[in-house]
Amino acid sequence: MDNFIHNIISSYNYWAALILIMIGMYGMIAKNNLLKKVIGMSIFQSAIILFYISISYKTNAAIPIIIHGHGATEHVAIDPTLYVNPLPHVLMLTAIVVGVATLGVALAVLQKIHRVHGTIEEDEIMESIKE
Amino acid sequence: MKLLTLLLSLLVGAFLIWSVQDLPDWGDPQSPASTYLSPHYIEKAVEETSVPNIITAVLADYRGFDTMYETVVIFCAGLTVLIILRRTPRKDKKVIKPRPQREGADIILQNTARLLIPPMQIFALYVIAHGHHSPGGGFQGGVILGASFILLALAYDLKSALQRFKEKTMLFYSALGVLIYAGIGVGCLLLGKNFLAYAAWSKLLGITELAAHSHGMLGVEIGVAFTVMAIMFSLYTDLASGGDMDEGL
Amino acid sequence: MISAQVPILIELLPLLSGLAITVFAQKNKNLAFFLLLLGMTGSFSAACTALFQVLQGNGPIHYRLGDWAPPFGIELVIDHLSAMVLCMVSGASLLTLLYSKRTVEAEIPDRIHHYYTLYALLVSGLLGMVATGDIFNLYVLLEISALASYALLARGRGLAYIATFKYIILGTIGACFYLLGVGYIYIKTGTLNMADLSVMLTTAEMHDSISIKIGFILIILGIWVKMGFFPLHGWLPNAYSCASTTTSCLIAPLMTKVAVYIMIRLMFSVFSADYIFKTLQWQQEVVWMACIAIVVGSLSALAQRDLKRMLCYIVVAEIGYMVGGIWLANSSGFSGAVYHIMSDIMMTLCLFMAVGAVIYKTGDSSLEAMRGVFRKMPVTAAVFLVCGLSIIGIPPTCGFFSKWYLISGAIETGQWHFVAALLFSSLINVILFFRIIEIGYFSKFDEHGHATHQDIVVNEAPASMLAPMIVSAASLILIGLYTDVILRNIIQWTIPAGL
Repeated sequence: MDNFIHNIISSYNYWAALILIMIGMYGMIAKNNLLKKVIGMSIFQSAIILFYISISYKTNAAIPIIIHGHGATEHVAIDPTLYVNPLPHVLMLTAIVVGVATLGVALAVLQKIHRVHGTIEEDEIMESIKE
Repeated sequence: MKLLTLLLSLLVGAFLIWSVQDLPDWGDPQSPASTYLSPHYIEKAVEETSVPNIITAVLADYRGFDTMYETVVIFCAGLTVLIILRRTPRKDKKVIKPRPQREGADIILQNTARLLIPPMQIFALYVIAHGHHSPGGGFQGGVILGASFILLALAYDLKSALQRFKEKTMLFYSALGVLIYAGIGVGCLLLGKNFLAYAAWSKLLGITELAAHSHGMLGVEIGVAFTVMAIMFSLYTDLASGGDMDEGL
Repeated sequence: MISAQVPILIELLPLLSGLAITVFAQKNKNLAFFLLLLGMTGSFSAACTALFQVLQGNGPIHYRLGDWAPPFGIELVIDHLSAMVLCMVSGASLLTLLYSKRTVEAEIPDRIHHYYTLYALLVSGLLGMVATGDIFNLYVLLEISALASYALLARGRGLAYIATFKYIILGTIGACFYLLGVGYIYIKTGTLNMADLSVMLTTAEMHDSISIKIGFILIILGIWVKMGFFPLHGWLPNAYSCASTTTSCLIAPLMTKVAVYIMIRLMFSVFSADYIFKTLQWQQEVVWMACIAIVVGSLSALAQRDLKRMLCYIVVAEIGYMVGGIWLANSSGFSGAVYHIMSDIMMTLCLFMAVGAVIYKTGDSSLEAMRGVFRKMPVTAAVFLVCGLSIIGIPPTCGFFSKWYLISGAIETGQWHFVAALLFSSLINVILFFRIIEIGYFSKFDEHGHATHQDIVVNEAPASMLAPMIVSAASLILIGLYTDVILRNIIQWTIPAGL
């Protein structure tokens, strides 16, 4: 039991992200309202971003901007443990952009669906198709 | 159906959480992710690119190819929304029922917007230009610039915002931004180095290779800002007006 | 000097031409077409040069972007497999572009230049996916081609919007799974470079790690969603069959095949045959799934009354061939699958082009549209016939040889159910195509009742559509005739260690 609690405490960042992923996935698949599906999609993507950003964290480390870095002509030794890992931040900048792009496209398609079918409830759309 | 999905999601979640025990603890400085590539970036970024903000250095230089395609993603999203939604008003178009509009103009809102927009845009320029030394860069600055136009459209109306930033100009800027980025890369190619190896510019500009890295990144960030600004506003105008560019929110 | 820059030119030229269209050709649709043609031709010739270089030189070409050494920067890697797929993708998109001149003008008259820009971005993304040697870069490029394909698919017919929306939701789930899988692998190894990963993942510790296993499962699931492998194929038939003619000609052959290529790349260049077939041991289950995919795809194709939907289900079955062939875990199965990527790009392209020409002329996409097609559109019908023979697997078309290798691979490992599924699907394909040929050749003209030979006017599709169709049909036969050369010079080198 102690071990279990220790596991949770030492890795609650993963727990949080993974639970959010579950919520997002449930929303994307189960919800009847198409806009709610889009919201689920957004939650899913944001959860993954959280997951990555939490990887980059190191205890007692600061943001990865070198202090007094500008114009340093003489070679100063930099201690890598003082700065968090920059790579996941870079990757997630890309993922955020992709998320925004997908969200925009999904909303545009949704507007068109609403214009054509007059509703964004999935079951009502399916009924109107069958008729 | 819903229950089934719930079970499926829980199953996937349980599966993922099961793996957590195998992952390094939160904030562990000895985790592989923190000990393999990242020390090199942290130690060498200033030396190799003369940019103290390591995120900018990695984003625009080490992984510049990623970022170029990221800019293309934004451009692509703008075009996608445009091609899906945009309706060109015809001469003989049906009269679309006007949506309920707010009565008159809100003087407080409009004057606040007038006061706020110029400082916003100047701050955006600062964010773009200072991305080498502090948090910021092309994406962040571009979003702020785009937001300033959205504020204009919200406080006044879509038409007056579109008069200042026309649809044609938006498209032109969005493509121009990616072209600036790719152009800097192609320049390196023509100057005899690999794509996006900014050091190639040093001879032409008469600066050291180190400074060329820094300058190249600045140029790239400016390109990114152009695209992001134009596309953010374009997404807003298309989505808010349903593709008619007529009446906004 | 320029020869060293070939790897980047392959995906850069379509991108630049797409941007140039938005900047310079807002008004002039002929200029837009010309610019894109220029980009595509350049890209195709660059891809051919790369293939030539790979065949001449020894070993793959590595290209460092920004001159940064690999684990820190991104690199492009072109080996025999990727050079071949690059050639096929750029060639197929060039052919589709030539074909599209008339259809785009008919189907999307208002926004031709935007359509062409998105076309260029899609192709650039696909080519980049094939060339890249970095798993995160792969994600970005995957999303570019996905976004562009959403746009192109949404501008379709009928229920295109709702089909596209479903594709967006499922496609995003797939992409997110992939991203999450990459995250797991990054946590455990700290790197994103494929070559680097393949070295790190060989250790015993990594073989036993649960999180690496889950990372692999997530990645492979994500790619299966993207390619439309059997239980996850729900979005594919709707999205592709509602698309406009040009879009389906471009997307149906390329997207799924590039996804299969990515699966191969990740399975054997990032992980290893050893890890997948010895440590995971799901080989049997996946081959069974592939069998079900083939059977279900073929049967559903038989049930369709719409030509395009029928072709979409054939695509689903063909994915089963390739996935099954790879998971057979022996060298003949693998070479059959790789050879099938090549021939299937051409077969699908050719089929969708022929059907597109019929739809262009008749405006109808049901089976009835084929009525009298052999007399009205003799060239289109001949092309369709060649494709049909190739899909069924009759020599000397390339379809025969890919099935031959797939079946011999299955026999070598004793997976008789895969052999049975392949033969069953061939049988169904015989029925499918002879049904159409019967409608096209033998059936009478009901509406006139007494129609005779003299009444029928040859009403063939325009030459700009016929030429690419003939080229692709000829390539089906040529690929078949030169099977031996292709296998000896290209495919033999692609077989990964441990198979």
